Amino acid sequence: MTERKQTSISYRNGKNKLIYILVCTLSFLSMLPLFFIIWEVISKGYKNFNLQLFTEVTPSSMDAMLSRANNGPIPGGILNGITGSILIVGVAILLTIPLGLLIGIYLSENSQKRFAKLVSYLTDLLQGIPSIVIGIIAYAWVVKPFGGYSALAGSVALTIMMLPMVVRSTEETLKMLPRSYKEAGLALGSSYINVVFKILIPSGFGGIFTGILLSISRVMGETAPLMLTALGATIVNWNVMHPTSAMPLLIWDFYNDPNLVDLIWSTSLLLLIIIFLLNWLAKIVARKWKI
Amino acid sequence: MENIEDTGREPILKLNSVSVSYVAGKNAVNEVSANIYPNTITGIMGPSGCGKSTLLRAINRMHDLYPNVKTTGEIFLKGKNVLQMNPMEVRRLAGMVFQQPNPFPTMSIYDNVLAGYSLNGIRLSKKEKDDIVEQSLISVALWDEVKEVMSKRGSFLSGGQQQRLCIARTLALMPEVLLMDEPTSALDPISTNKIEELLLDLKKKYTILIVTHNMSQAARISDNSMFMYLGDLIEYGNTRQMFTKPKNKKTEEYLTGVFG
Repeated sequence: MTERKQTSISYRNGKNKLIYILVCTLSFLSMLPLFFIIWEVISKGYKNFNLQLFTEVTPSSMDAMLSRANNGPIPGGILNGITGSILIVGVAILLTIPLGLLIGIYLSENSQKRFAKLVSYLTDLLQGIPSIVIGIIAYAWVVKPFGGYSALAGSVALTIMMLPMVVRSTEETLKMLPRSYKEAGLALGSSYINVVFKILIPSGFGGIFTGILLSISRVMGETAPLMLTALGATIVNWNVMHPTSAMPLLIWDFYNDPNLVDLIWSTSLLLLIIIFLLNWLAKIVARKWKI
Repeated sequence: MENIEDTGREPILKLNSVSVSYVAGKNAVNEVSANIYPNTITGIMGPSGCGKSTLLRAINRMHDLYPNVKTTGEIFLKGKNVLQMNPMEVRRLAGMVFQQPNPFPTMSIYDNVLAGYSLNGIRLSKKEKDDIVEQSLISVALWDEVKEVMSKRGSFLSGGQQQRLCIARTLALMPEVLLMDEPTSALDPISTNKIEELLLDLKKKYTILIVTHNMSQAARISDNSMFMYLGDLIEYGNTRQMFTKPKNKKTEEYLTGVFG
């Protein structure tokens, strides 16, 4: 009996170890693609990652070709894409935050209501809609009626993509707050709306802000919906009603132009850096303003 | 059930057949009537689920938060029926302190004391603010401990200090009645002792109703006691009398630990 128990334990220990090694190996493998992507982007993108990238607009194909023929660097940058991304995403943030917060508040406060459950379910569905479909919708809703491609149309498309995440993170954060904050506020004779905006939202700031940052980093690299809405531009544009470029749109343009191919990697590198920074910031915010 | 008579004094709070139900047809508080007189401490005792907190929360209309909770009967606070008043008005007259200390986490100690004013949109001058904060914190014996760290978050304080801060936050609005829902059950004995001393001091200016699980606490600080069981107010009377010579058999059993 004792003999048998001994072998059984060593067998189980061995099995434990094996599974442990397997899990570690697989975890490591899952990280490999990321390392390869980063390596590839850095090694190919650093050459053109210079000041010019941030200060000049996209060069014409002809200039680039001439420069390449003389073995020179690509003459130009992606300033139009950087400003375009700031404009389109910025307007999208302005549209998303009030909407997302209000819907999130409604869902967290009325989670038992049938309508709230429906909204919650539909929000999940919205998250799963392909971005190209959202682009077509924004094309039909904004581009067509306003008679032209515009940064605003791009912002509307991105807003639809950001909303589910902001709604969900607001809802979940507010649900996690102790009920007694709300009760204590109301017990002081406060109106409901003041409790929400002066106590609940500030108390859940960390979670809500993290959700907003992550949603920004998610749409920062979206290309398909912008192709159908913002279209692109070779100049710096700050008018929301005009066609505008964006970093992911430029990557697509560069891909289609053999003379500008080298800029793909520098633009990708910049996008990756921005997205990593946003994620890192989100982590810090989440840690610092923990509930 | 007998009511307390106090000749020559008007009760500040008058409960008249108050019933509260969470589910239709089943009363969590059943036809409770009682008169509560000014400047007294009334302890509400009873086993878990007997309706103590439910009764307390009916007084400042906290049940309004949950639409399926129904309150019937009459509750007169200084002669006005609470159930027909605007709940925001009621809650300023009847301040509430909760079981868990809950200073607002994003506000400083100073702002926590003034939270009632800022939440109600009442503008005060700097001088008025300073005075209210100082007076409120002095009355909960917290002023000397926190006057140097006013700008720190409320959560910076210890549990007992946080609870006193919450009491100060309630007192800052100068309520008529102080409703306390097991205010010391999350605190250590030393902090509990401090709060009890504080309550004995506060009753000079306020009327206090305190729900407590702790019978000796009720015995130590309350003037009158209510004993509730299964939603009914079984006995209400002078604390000393109730603890030495309870009129009802159920009360006696509870006080001697036969159940609870």
